[in-house]
Amino acid sequence: MNLNNWLRKNTYHHSAFADLKDLVEQKEKTGLMISLCIPTLNEERTIGKEVVIFKSELMNRYPLVDEIAVIDSGSKDRTLEVASSFGADTFLSEEILPEEGSKRGKGENLWKAIHQLKGDIIVYIDADIKNIHPRFVYGLIGPLIQRPEVSYVKAFYDRPLAFSDSVRPSGGGRVTEILTRPLFSLFFPELTAIIQPLSGEYAVRRSVLESIPFPVGYGVETSHLIDVYQKHGMTAFAQTDLDQRVHRNQETRALGKMSFGILQTFLKRLHSYGTIQTEQEIQTVLRQFQVRNDVYEAVEYDIPEYERPPMITVPAYREAWGLPPLKK
Amino acid sequence: MNAQCETILEDLDEYVVQLEDFRETLLSTMVMVNEIPAPTFKERNRAVFLVDRFSELEMLNASIDEKDNVLGIIPGRRGDRDILVVAHLDSLFDETVDHTVTLEPALAIGPGVSDNSLGVAVLGTLPLILERIGLELDANLVLLGSSRSLGQGDLEGLRFVLDNYKRPFTAAVCLEGVKIGRLSFSSIGMLRGELTYKIPEQYDWTKFNSVGAIVDMNDMINRILEIPLPRKPKTTIVMGQMEAGTSYNTLPVKARLRFEIRSESDEIVSDLATRINFLAEEMTSKTGAMVRFKEIARRKSGGTEFSHPLNTIGREILKRLDITPRIAPSTSEVAALIDKGIPAVTIGLTSGESAGELEESVLIEPISKGLAQLAALLKAIDIGCSNES
Repeated sequence: MNLNNWLRKNTYHHSAFADLKDLVEQKEKTGLMISLCIPTLNEERTIGKEVVIFKSELMNRYPLVDEIAVIDSGSKDRTLEVASSFGADTFLSEEILPEEGSKRGKGENLWKAIHQLKGDIIVYIDADIKNIHPRFVYGLIGPLIQRPEVSYVKAFYDRPLAFSDSVRPSGGGRVTEILTRPLFSLFFPELTAIIQPLSGEYAVRRSVLESIPFPVGYGVETSHLIDVYQKHGMTAFAQTDLDQRVHRNQETRALGKMSFGILQTFLKRLHSYGTIQTEQEIQTVLRQFQVRNDVYEAVEYDIPEYERPPMITVPAYREAWGLPPLKK
Repeated sequence: MNAQCETILEDLDEYVVQLEDFRETLLSTMVMVNEIPAPTFKERNRAVFLVDRFSELEMLNASIDEKDNVLGIIPGRRGDRDILVVAHLDSLFDETVDHTVTLEPALAIGPGVSDNSLGVAVLGTLPLILERIGLELDANLVLLGSSRSLGQGDLEGLRFVLDNYKRPFTAAVCLEGVKIGRLSFSSIGMLRGELTYKIPEQYDWTKFNSVGAIVDMNDMINRILEIPLPRKPKTTIVMGQMEAGTSYNTLPVKARLRFEIRSESDEIVSDLATRINFLAEEMTSKTGAMVRFKEIARRKSGGTEFSHPLNTIGREILKRLDITPRIAPSTSEVAALIDKGIPAVTIGLTSGESAGELEESVLIEPISKGLAQLAALLKAIDIGCSNES
């Protein structure tokens, strides 16, 4: 596949879908139901605004979204109180599918959202976005409403405040450019066309979401891209420029942990798809270093990338959706 | 008050209840307005947002004029009179300030939320507010997001509309975020001035008593404060802003002082301006520095009487809402309307804190009463309760 052709055909700017009246009419013709999931962990400062803006603009004013749910990993602050005070449906992740147990991590919330929410399309939006705007949702939904062959729409952010030249570099954050894109270039070159593979905002058809496994930690976005690519190819993907995203910046050491989780997921995928063969067990302990009283010491972090199975294989989900039990 | 006007008061409680669940629409609009920076003279982006809202709500003549004012009309059933509702678009904060709003269950926090994003948001949702309570007016409602209001803007946007709008306005209501209970129907005399102090490049620093701009400007402030002010008519001088200096040990060569003279008497305002100008000239001759006085804005005193029917119904509405009316003169939009002889009142929509600071906030719960107050006031004007018989 010619990457530039794919980019031309499958890369959008959110303004292409800004006529919400028209987009709602198109949605109604398709009969699609759309759910919005906001995974949270201690996001009391930003969650209220997200809920108010999405509910008011995309449910009350233009009925583009049919339900909004906040799925929380056990916040210690007032995240759930704030979200529910502004009218969001709020859920504790551990209380969804309790028979499946509970894992810590954003991916766990995303996975359980598939069971909890009813939409044919689920839009995931991170809760830490300071400059939240309805475009974060309609920009991702638009391609799915207009193009049945597209199943997975990823956000990217690409509006420099000032740039004088006609050619400028474009891409993702530090982990994307140092880790993910080099790995994709080595093993899945076509996926390098996804400009920000790690962005936390994406909209996906249920039929795709329920059929892929979910790492509960840092690797969830990477695994999605690889798994959907393996099953459906690049035609399933589109991406939308949502302009700027203002959020908390992470320290380099935190990005180290993130990279470690992503790398684990990546290596598991390479192994399971037979791209590389290794008998060696992948380690789950990341070691970083610090100096205490002029003495160097290692600090160990256990970061296992536990994976949830495809939701379609979970008995309670099959029952809820009227699917026959799987044969043992 | 006649029986028809009494019925307006009776509807108030129901308005409050009906408007309680309108807060999401209003807050969402307020957040989006606030996050578009709009310092005075740079309101264009905020104006585009508002005019888009006006167009979506199918207002007539939704447009941006050459001063970046936004105007839209909700046509009345008869359309034989025009009532103006105005909220200024500009804010005190520069584009470089983080305009992000935080929403908590009880309040919204962000620079400019009360002055005047809430007012602009009410303007941008007014057709929906009226629809929610089933209020249709006979008169046209002319909604105006006015530009260039604050500071050096000197109400330029509103004045432009008043000079060029082709029909007379029956009355006007000006919207400000805070504080609910406020009723401003008169303007005090006001002059906004700037004193600049500059030491010429060829200045001889070995000259005896060279102290630099800050000390000299401090001397100037003391001399202004020594000017005796009468208790009646009420008069005050506000020292609002001062800029000077760059480091610990460098004598500053420039300074700027911004101040405001307020008085119930226009003559006293003029007299004080003359005196301050004289002090500036005197300092120039004594120090060798260039001290200049510049008039930035001026308002004439005036307004309607306390007993004017518009003000009377305004107070009655507040009392019925269990809010104590706070009568205070204003130097904002209402002043330009008074200049044109248009009965006008400024109202506040909710309570808030830290106005003019980065942590500016508005309380969410009182907003429904603020909206009910506005709706009732518009209805009162529409059916003639505000007319002088």
